[in-house]
Amino acid sequence: MNSISLNADLAAVSRLVVEGAMLVYTFAFLTFAYHLSQLASTKKSVRAGATKLERAGIILLAIAAAIHGVGVVLRGISASRVPWANMYEFSITGSFIVVTIFLFALTIKDIRLIATFVAGFNLLILGTADTVFYVNVKSLMPALQSYWLVIHVMVAVLATAFFNIAAALSIAYIFKTAKWVKASKLKLVDLMRRILALFPTEDKLERLSYRFNIIGFILWTFTLIAGAIWAERAWHRYWGWDTKEVWTFIIWTIYAGYLHANATRGWNGKRSAWLAIVGFVAILFNFTVVNLFFKGLHVYSGLK
Amino acid sequence: MPTSQQSNEVSAKDAVVSPAIGLRGWLRWIWRQLTSMRTALILLLLLAAAAVPGSVFPQRSADPNGVTAYFDANPVLAPILDKVQLFDVYTSAWFSAIYILLFTSLIGCVLPRTAAHARALRLPPVPTPKNLKRMPAYKSVTLNTKKSQDALLAEAQALLKKQGYRVAREGEGSVGSVSAERGYLRETGNLVFHLALMGVLLAVGIGGGLSYSGQRVLVEGESFVNNLAGYDSFSPGTFFNESQLVPFSVRLDKFEVDFYRDKTLKNQANAGTPTDFRAYVTTTLGASGKSTNGRIRVNEPLSMPNANIYLTGNGYAPSITIRDSGGQIVYSGTTSFLPQDPNYTSLGVIKVTDVPKQYGIISFFYPTVGTLSTGALTSIYPDAALPLLSMNVYEGDLGINGGQPKNVFALDIKNMKQIAGGKSGVKGLRLQLGETVKLPKNLGTVTFDGLKRFASLDVDYNPGGVWVLVFALLALAGLTTSLLVPRRRVWIRKTETGFEVAALARGDDPVLEKVVSELVSQLSPNKTRVTKVAKTAIAKKQKEADE
Ligand code: HEM
Repeated sequence: MNSISLNADLAAVSRLVVEGAMLVYTFAFLTFAYHLSQLASTKKSVRAGATKLERAGIILLAIAAAIHGVGVVLRGISASRVPWANMYEFSITGSFIVVTIFLFALTIKDIRLIATFVAGFNLLILGTADTVFYVNVKSLMPALQSYWLVIHVMVAVLATAFFNIAAALSIAYIFKTAKWVKASKLKLVDLMRRILALFPTEDKLERLSYRFNIIGFILWTFTLIAGAIWAERAWHRYWGWDTKEVWTFIIWTIYAGYLHANATRGWNGKRSAWLAIVGFVAILFNFTVVNLFFKGLHVYSGLK
Repeated sequence: MPTSQQSNEVSAKDAVVSPAIGLRGWLRWIWRQLTSMRTALILLLLLAAAAVPGSVFPQRSADPNGVTAYFDANPVLAPILDKVQLFDVYTSAWFSAIYILLFTSLIGCVLPRTAAHARALRLPPVPTPKNLKRMPAYKSVTLNTKKSQDALLAEAQALLKKQGYRVAREGEGSVGSVSAERGYLRETGNLVFHLALMGVLLAVGIGGGLSYSGQRVLVEGESFVNNLAGYDSFSPGTFFNESQLVPFSVRLDKFEVDFYRDKTLKNQANAGTPTDFRAYVTTTLGASGKSTNGRIRVNEPLSMPNANIYLTGNGYAPSITIRDSGGQIVYSGTTSFLPQDPNYTSLGVIKVTDVPKQYGIISFFYPTVGTLSTGALTSIYPDAALPLLSMNVYEGDLGINGGQPKNVFALDIKNMKQIAGGKSGVKGLRLQLGETVKLPKNLGTVTFDGLKRFASLDVDYNPGGVWVLVFALLALAGLTTSLLVPRRRVWIRKTETGFEVAALARGDDPVLEKVVSELVSQLSPNKTRVTKVAKTAIAKKQKEADE
């Protein structure tokens, strides 16, 4: 009667593997952070030794990503389906995609300097997933048994990963252009200033952020459309202003605003960078607060 | 776009200094403001903000019970919120105002741009600027070997044409040049995108007006006919006409559920999770009388003419017979019980009216009964492994004679007296499948005859849906084109000693400099010396240069 088989033992192994990846992410994060502090040093000899640290950090990050990937795949095998059907699974898969895109993007664009952010962000996400969102493998509720789960959610997670990297670049931009950073005489800010000086120019940061955001936006538009097609199948209407639909729409509209801002004088630069950050905050809000505390049809955090 | 803003400012000043500009001037000014890019941007952000409260407060359209509950919990605040339409955000005056303004702005913006773009498509590329050095990407080349101007420019022209540029040759004499532009598709995509959004809005509006949605609960063995009387509830769109309902009937033959069983017993949390719901139906088309067997699952609605039938809920429907003290049947039927928790602890109501003194029963059904530590009954598994009915009986006015239709799932016990269960002094009734027990006060007996399942079906039709999809996909295609196709101008000019190449991006262009270097190497014979490299310093803001 029931062909789905869940393997709780394998799920436990997968969890251990993901925790192992977290350990390596921690080392990678510490290495990058140390690297930045070395780079910001006023001594030339210290700065010269920093490049090796950075290379070590990237190797660590790649190892962490590989272990992480194994954990994700094992989770999928243990549940006999795609590993993105509840919040724990979205988190481990999503953060894996973030690091994969980052590592891939490294080979075409020089965005090494946000490595600290990427490693730290993944550590944070995995930590939350492991401690707050963790659930044992579960069978899919009937509404989720659809190939749209594979397409719609996969693309949403991909879009989020692009928006994530763009937001990191926009945060760097905001700091780099901030008046208080430029003017302050505090020691700590001085250190920060020296680190920021190593980042790509303001223009470059702005443009890079824009490029990640447009890919994110195209994918998000597709997510929205695919979600509506799925809703028509599963919930008998393609759009019903369910809380999750509302937030998908809000996020889409914010990023549409961002794209307009980039073409409007007086709105590009800082304002559009803020919009990119606000958009990403809305995504995080949608994923956490809306999933856990708002009422709606999309109840699949898997948490009671 | 920014140029139009400049002119806005100018006309605003004009309006202030010369009142003679009058009403028409003002209207023009307002129209210009409305169709400016900044207004579109602000309206978009406003729309995003205005959508937020709809996810905070329950909405009548998505969650009517939530609204009722909110009114009960906040009797003072709720009517105030209702006044400002916070329970109907997406049809509210303020939300509508924002998107109507936005779309007005969109038309006002896109139509002139479409016309301008159509003109631009027919014009040759712009003339080569005097000073190419000022362009964001620039290289100058000194040729060792002499190459005639004609040969060079002809070669450049052919090369650019092959790469999809629109090309024009200018100037004779010693300083002829080639001016080229590509990526008109970028603007076309942008216009298609914005116009398709218009299409989405229209399709949503018109489709919604022609749509309908009807709900019907069917117990196994029951059937219903697709007409207004056949539905438990029905919500038509504004332009709905009853003739849209094609006569057909649907019978629910059987309803099946699969629950997950954990063979290893290691993952108890998942035990009893439903993994599949299947409604087997027979449909009969009125006109032909032809019957067809069909199956409805979640995610797999059944298509009928002008209707899709969806499975939206299910539960148990115990068959119950009640006899009076003389053995006469006073109630017999299968009642749908509403599930209250994931293990299908379900609540049902029975109203007995064909007796001298009316009474009602509030009953709980437990498919697999268990006992909580408090002693209360509960269901511990969703399948019917150990079914039990418990009943509390109330005597008094059922409110049925008042003429007001009453909710079949609720019993209003305000004017009734409890005679079994609770604090009535008489124990509540408990029946296993097949059992008969006595009602209190010599009212007779009640029998739990059998157990069936029911399915909640939703019959929906929205002819706009497919058009919404078509326009949405068109928008997606337009968007992708508009964001990813680079639009740029390229110029190649013959100089005394060689030639120079310059390029200007219109919009974002990640490969502008690469394009220039490639052109240089493609147009240079092997041993050429490149004297000046691209001056990225000037590429400060591509967009600014673009103006
Ligand atoms: C429903 C409202 C609107 C939405 C959702 C929307 C969305 C978008 C999006 C996503 C883009 C970027 C993609 C592309 O370039 O095709 C865009 C670009 C653009 N929109 Fe809109 N738009 C809206 C209304 C308007 C209005 C009212 C105007 C005119 C004032 C406008 C003018 C433009 C222009 C000029 C661009 C190109 C910007 C550039 O050069 O990068 N849009 N819009």
